[in-house]
Amino acid sequence: MADLRTKLGSLTLPNPVLTASGCAASGQELHQFFDVATLGAIVTKSITLRPRSGRPTPRMAETPSGMLNSIGLQGPGIDAFVENDLPWLAEHGARAVVSIAGSLTEEYVALARRLYGNPAVSMIEVNISCPNVENRGLVFACDAAASARVIAAVRRAADPKVPVFAKLSPDVTDITAIARACADAGADGLSLINTLLGMAIDTDTLAPALGGITGGLSGPAIRPIALRCVWQVHQVLPHLPILGMGGIRTGLDALQFVLAGASAVSVGTAVFGDPAAPARVLAELDQALNDRGFASVADAVGFAHRSVTEPVKESA
Amino acid sequence: MAVQELGEIFAVQRTGEYVQFTVVAPGVAASFTPGQFVAVAVGGDNTSMPLRRAFALYGVTPTGDFAGTIQFVVAEHGPGTQWLVGRRAGEQLDLVGPLGNPFRLPRRKVPAVLVGGGYGTAPLIPLAQQLIDAGSDVEFIVGASTAARLFGELAAKRVAGGLTVTTDDGSAGVHGRVTDVLPAAIKRTNAHVVYACGPMPMLRAVGDVARAHAVSAQVAVEEAMACGVGVCMTCVLPVRGEDGQSRYVRSCVDGPVFDAALVRWADVGSLPRDLVGADAMGV
Repeated sequence: MADLRTKLGSLTLPNPVLTASGCAASGQELHQFFDVATLGAIVTKSITLRPRSGRPTPRMAETPSGMLNSIGLQGPGIDAFVENDLPWLAEHGARAVVSIAGSLTEEYVALARRLYGNPAVSMIEVNISCPNVENRGLVFACDAAASARVIAAVRRAADPKVPVFAKLSPDVTDITAIARACADAGADGLSLINTLLGMAIDTDTLAPALGGITGGLSGPAIRPIALRCVWQVHQVLPHLPILGMGGIRTGLDALQFVLAGASAVSVGTAVFGDPAAPARVLAELDQALNDRGFASVADAVGFAHRSVTEPVKESA
Repeated sequence: MAVQELGEIFAVQRTGEYVQFTVVAPGVAASFTPGQFVAVAVGGDNTSMPLRRAFALYGVTPTGDFAGTIQFVVAEHGPGTQWLVGRRAGEQLDLVGPLGNPFRLPRRKVPAVLVGGGYGTAPLIPLAQQLIDAGSDVEFIVGASTAARLFGELAAKRVAGGLTVTTDDGSAGVHGRVTDVLPAAIKRTNAHVVYACGPMPMLRAVGDVARAHAVSAQVAVEEAMACGVGVCMTCVLPVRGEDGQSRYVRSCVDGPVFDAALVRWADVGSLPRDLVGADAMGV
């Protein structure tokens, strides 16, 4: 049996398979399909300061090997989350990675303060793929300076014992530039990647298929892009822990992310088709590591880079 | 308690424009209550369709010769359901169920009218049996746009006796809509409750008729779902809560059965300003 323990900054997890933000709610619903304590951690749905209704329906469109969503961060707000969801996770022995989202830097800061000292919080994942109200709605994660400001502010405000990860958007020209900016701002690690912006048009109604017009594309369709992002970032920041995600459906998919440089992975959209997917991916990854003679997850992190002497060019 | 299991297809039968599946699924069958649904994976291994398709359970046989079988009805309208209707007996389906909240039964024996639109009649058949077993009188209204899209008239007649069929084009039964004959049925039976399943506009109209006659209506909705288990938040409807405040709630785990009077039908597909959390969306 491979040693499955992995480190995300100062946090040691018993294994490297987590849920993905927005794909597992706060764990309760999936607990009937697998024991939430058996995963590395549950990454909770991005929480905001105030309750949010989210966007009108339709919120979802299936696409080839993927789906578009425009949920709009529906959620109960941080107070209800801290009161109801975090205690449930703690009672069930699950480690919680809390995803936070906002539209102003000060909202992220307030969320980090609200979570300060809460023993149920293992890590904070900062969802910066949100429109920045202070900058004409430009998504934080698409601007290195805005990303750095939010991450620096959250890192200052958050419990120093709790790692802060920045979740980056692939919808940028050079993800390594954003990654560097976040690392310089004090991020303890990076979550790679958020959804890609996409859309679909209903050819019967002749109108956009989603209520939000555009939506986030996820699922196996984006896996090669996600893997490329993990690879590129690990190449330039080899010591910065990466939580990799994007279309992971099997243990071998997860292994690809680990080999590219991820210290842990999140299983997201696969849950919608297979509610036990995270537990299955964990078992399959364990087997895949054993089959390849890896004594530990740590030995496999970034392993594929060893065979590459030249930097991979984008046009290769 | 929902389970995930591989079920062997026992029978596939075409009925009008629909295809009825009987699948050996003892785990799903074990805790089924009428109104609940099953989510079926489509496309096989390595499919490009990552999302399950949800179908109301038509019936289960927990005991006897066909012990542990479930039945559901599929209408073909996209690549996923096209794949499904191409399956044959002996093949396996990946199932998650039973999911969702069932129809609530009246506390005492009261007459009920059950209104099915298209294959929405399917979950009402086991409900009718449950109501009759509890001593309630049941009458059915079964409607569709055209005769080939009717479902379950024979089963409804067998279970309940009282049945009115309607079609929009007059190709079978009464020429008109289910709501054209619903007022007379409520009065004739002295119904205290209406149960309905079918397309959203029909459910809304049934709710309006029920309210006009001061009877309650429980309706099972069909909303597009990605997960069916309550984690994705795609299948939401604006629904008034017991506290008087309206929220987007999940059709899969907070429904699919709702009190028609609490669903804000006119606001489905829009974001009303008074919804909890709408202010945070900038509306």
